[in-house]
Amino acid sequence: MIKVDKLDVVYGTGRARNHAVRGVSFSVAKGETLGIVGESGCGKSTVLRSLAGIEQGWTGSVEFNGTPIGKLRSRDELKLSQMVFQDPYGSLHPRHRIGTALAEPIRSMGLGDGWSKVPQALKQVGLPEDFANRFPHELSGGQRQRVAIARALILSPPILLLDEPTSALDVSIQAEILNLLDDQRDERGLTFVLVSHDLSVIAHMCDRVLVMQNGVFLDEMTKADLRAGTTHAAYSQELFEANFL
Amino acid sequence: MPDRNPSTILSVCDLNVRFGKNSIAAVSNVSFDLGRERIGIVGESGSGKSTTGRAIMRLLAPSAHISAERLDLDGSPLLEKTERQMGALRGKDMALIMQDPRYSLNPVLNIGRQVAEAARLHLGSSRKQALDETRAMLRRVRINDADRVMKLYPHQISGGMGQRVMIAMMLLSKPKLVIADEPTSALDVSVRKDVLILLDELVRENNSGLILISHDIRMVAAFCERILVMYAGRVVETLTRLDEAEHAYTRGLIAALPDPRNPVRRLQVLDRRTLETTPEATE
Repeated sequence: MIKVDKLDVVYGTGRARNHAVRGVSFSVAKGETLGIVGESGCGKSTVLRSLAGIEQGWTGSVEFNGTPIGKLRSRDELKLSQMVFQDPYGSLHPRHRIGTALAEPIRSMGLGDGWSKVPQALKQVGLPEDFANRFPHELSGGQRQRVAIARALILSPPILLLDEPTSALDVSIQAEILNLLDDQRDERGLTFVLVSHDLSVIAHMCDRVLVMQNGVFLDEMTKADLRAGTTHAAYSQELFEANFL
Repeated sequence: MPDRNPSTILSVCDLNVRFGKNSIAAVSNVSFDLGRERIGIVGESGSGKSTTGRAIMRLLAPSAHISAERLDLDGSPLLEKTERQMGALRGKDMALIMQDPRYSLNPVLNIGRQVAEAARLHLGSSRKQALDETRAMLRRVRINDADRVMKLYPHQISGGMGQRVMIAMMLLSKPKLVIADEPTSALDVSVRKDVLILLDELVRENNSGLILISHDIRMVAAFCERILVMYAGRVVETLTRLDEAEHAYTRGLIAALPDPRNPVRRLQVLDRRTLETTPEATE
């Protein structure tokens, strides 16, 4: 479903040059969930943002569904992947009602005004339909994250990119959101790329995990490895131990 | 734990906090005694755990009404103290470590001056002495190049280092009571452990009492001898070990955490409706 070859991202030039992602390659099969784990600043979010088309300064090649994707994307290419961000407080427009926020992707893709799809989208993520008239500040963090997921799913993309979707939430709400993502994945056969610094969330959700440090992948673990605590690099062992006190 | 000392540092009995004219109490009938030990307060956002911590420090907004049968630090009642007397206590005898060092450090003072300020205020040190003490304390929290870090401003250091600086500043005067309110939530998992071990070590060294407030019940269980579980402003359960949990809420919190060693198909979520209809069971 996703094939990335020698992805390179560099910010700045001269002394301020920062080589954030150093030639990473990976692929994700259809219906698979790939996790990327690492500390802040390791480049994991940058990989995701490049896939989503937010970052345009990358080099290398990205393929979705067998077709190469350029830096400037057509509407059809954009519709292939949608992203859910970490902070539900920052990712919804504070002065747009929830309904407006949900209809926005449909309007910007030129598929009509989108209002007819809003009630269904809300219901799908377990929110009542009348939430469409509310503002983001009238919702709790978990509800806001549900809206963000509904917004990402409203275009029915085959790929969902998740950037720390639960790190701003309480553990009890985290469980609800992870279950919701799980259900949607089963229902629609979605492909996920999940970025997080929390190995236990990754281990719960993902079939395969890549460990990232300083812009490169150091280790790859399967679900069985995670269960047994098997690691193939010193750094991932360290991460493993830090996660489970 | 072998080093547990029965002498009580903080004694709280029937603590109630209400905001404004709100009829629902944010904290109701919380009681506990803290000796020279580490206790944890666990709960979701809005359960009143941070409000309890702040009520003890008397750092709540003026609209908050705090009442308690007893709220004694080292035998002297905190609620009868004037703001001036509280000012002398805060930072000296009781310290609060907050969540995010990016917001709780002064952005326009360099690290050296901020930490030295604590030494000058609470230890009565001279300017030069205070800087020496700062240097020693920063080394103590494993900042090796203390001289360089002292010249930096808060935005120039990482989150983990900021939290170390915070700990250095708060523990410089060897307070009897340390309240750490989500001290590691803003930090990376890999740094989290180091910061907690450091905090634990310093608290043991000073023989102080520690209240660790967090929503992560497993982390708290790893560091504390006793755990108070709060739900809707009440303490629903006091535990010494996680597997003793009996209350539905505590069990729900534990089950909600994904555990890679015992993978489950679906995570269990809290059944809020049953929790809300049986609050009496918590008494």
